[in-house]
Amino acid sequence: MKKLKQILTAALGLSLALSLSACGSSQPTASQSAAGSTAAAGSADTRVVYRTLDEIKESGTINIGVFSDKNPFGYVDENGDYQGYDVYFANRIGEDLGVTVNYVSTEAANRIEYLQTGKVDIILANFTVTAERAEEVDFALPYMNVALGIVSPDSRVIENLDDLTADDAVIVISGTTAETYLTQNNPDLTLQKYDTYANAKNAFENGNGVAWANDNTEVIAFALQNEGYTVGIPSLGSQDTIAPAVSKGNATLLDWLNNEIETLGGENFFHADYEATLVDTYGLDYEDSLVVEGGKVG
Amino acid sequence: MPDLGLEVLFKGKNMLRLLDGLGVALKISLIAVAISIPLGLLLGILMTRKNPIVRALLRLYLEFIRIMPQMVLLFLVFFGATRVFGWNLSGELSAVIVFTLWGTAEMSDLVRGALTSIPAHQYESGAALGLTNAQTFFYIIIPQTVRRLIPLSINLITRMIKTTSLILMIGVVEVLKVAQQIIEANRMSSPGAAFGVYLFVFFLYFIVCWPIGRLAKYLEKKWV
Repeated sequence: MKKLKQILTAALGLSLALSLSACGSSQPTASQSAAGSTAAAGSADTRVVYRTLDEIKESGTINIGVFSDKNPFGYVDENGDYQGYDVYFANRIGEDLGVTVNYVSTEAANRIEYLQTGKVDIILANFTVTAERAEEVDFALPYMNVALGIVSPDSRVIENLDDLTADDAVIVISGTTAETYLTQNNPDLTLQKYDTYANAKNAFENGNGVAWANDNTEVIAFALQNEGYTVGIPSLGSQDTIAPAVSKGNATLLDWLNNEIETLGGENFFHADYEATLVDTYGLDYEDSLVVEGGKVG
Repeated sequence: MPDLGLEVLFKGKNMLRLLDGLGVALKISLIAVAISIPLGLLLGILMTRKNPIVRALLRLYLEFIRIMPQMVLLFLVFFGATRVFGWNLSGELSAVIVFTLWGTAEMSDLVRGALTSIPAHQYESGAALGLTNAQTFFYIIIPQTVRRLIPLSINLITRMIKTTSLILMIGVVEVLKVAQQIIEANRMSSPGAAFGVYLFVFFLYFIVCWPIGRLAKYLEKKWV
């Protein structure tokens, strides 16, 4: 690895530290912070990558990074148009700024990179606010809640984790926040782990476990689409929020976004957004617990 | 007959979108192929030269490209160029650059291998017939090299076409991304669509790559 570094530096004049930070994700590991200091030594950190509010208005287009395959938050319909909860908001941003919106299809793994290189102005891709991410990008006010949820069959609805004995297996998907949370906070619980969503779903439907823990949006959607299941615990663990993000330091755009979210609260915009995009998936029962209006987490 | 959800392919403009996506993938890979074959030929011939500096440099380039996963190269060019030099390259251009760098490196090694596989007595026989070095190269070595190169380079071309499935990571919406979009957009109405849509994507890659394979077979037979 060290040798490769030398080759790289010599051959391309690119420091590997930079390249690592270019392709690496948001994990703040030792190499990441090393990359940060190298970058600061170069010119990367001093260069302004983002476009200010005025520059965006002047250009007439805003680049917004959204998911193109996460129904119902950001997806592309059969006519090739972007749709979903995030996109509904993005359209409104374009309207209020008086610019056209250029949608950029992003993946979960490259959202931060898009902002750090200024390739998009805003990320509106179901972006959960975390402390690590907040060091890399600037989050605006939240517009949605997310937490864990637990679904169980109607024959035995689990409403409290204390009701479970050591024989009752709870199904989780490996690597999800549900797994981490339950391992840390309920170490006595018997977890049954599956690698993929499809496997966990099959196992749960076959009765391999008494309950299934996952993001609450996922379990709510599951219970609504499948007869005979109830979400006994709709909100568990730390309440996280979902918010738009801009490049670190882009204060003009961030202020405008925060103002916009507060103003839209006056017309209950995000409730309308929910009713237009999410109601088919989650039903009306969860509207108030999922939507964050005016940036105020209730 | 299980539900393959094939009906989603005919919903709205879905079919057109998939074909457009295939067009994007083909455009990027074929432009890269068209640039990397002549460049690879040139570099491959240079690699057989005795000059140690040229050889070391080409070796370094080849190993660097070969060690790096294509995904890393894509991120390096697409995001790295913006970070380090401030160049805001589009996803498509970044993909063409990476695929050209990769194709050239692999092609040059194939050419080098094919050239060195020609036995020394072929050169000697040419000299014995009174041909100049250039004549030997042109009339004796090149025809044999090209024949050996065809199956190898066809393999490379089809690999380049198939590897375009990675460029969705730098925001280029190609056939696989469109397929994922269609599957997700119909997650509720046709949950079984994933199989049918991926089957169709398989079919699309097949009808592109299969004729290329056939052409190689034909050329190999014709030139033997």
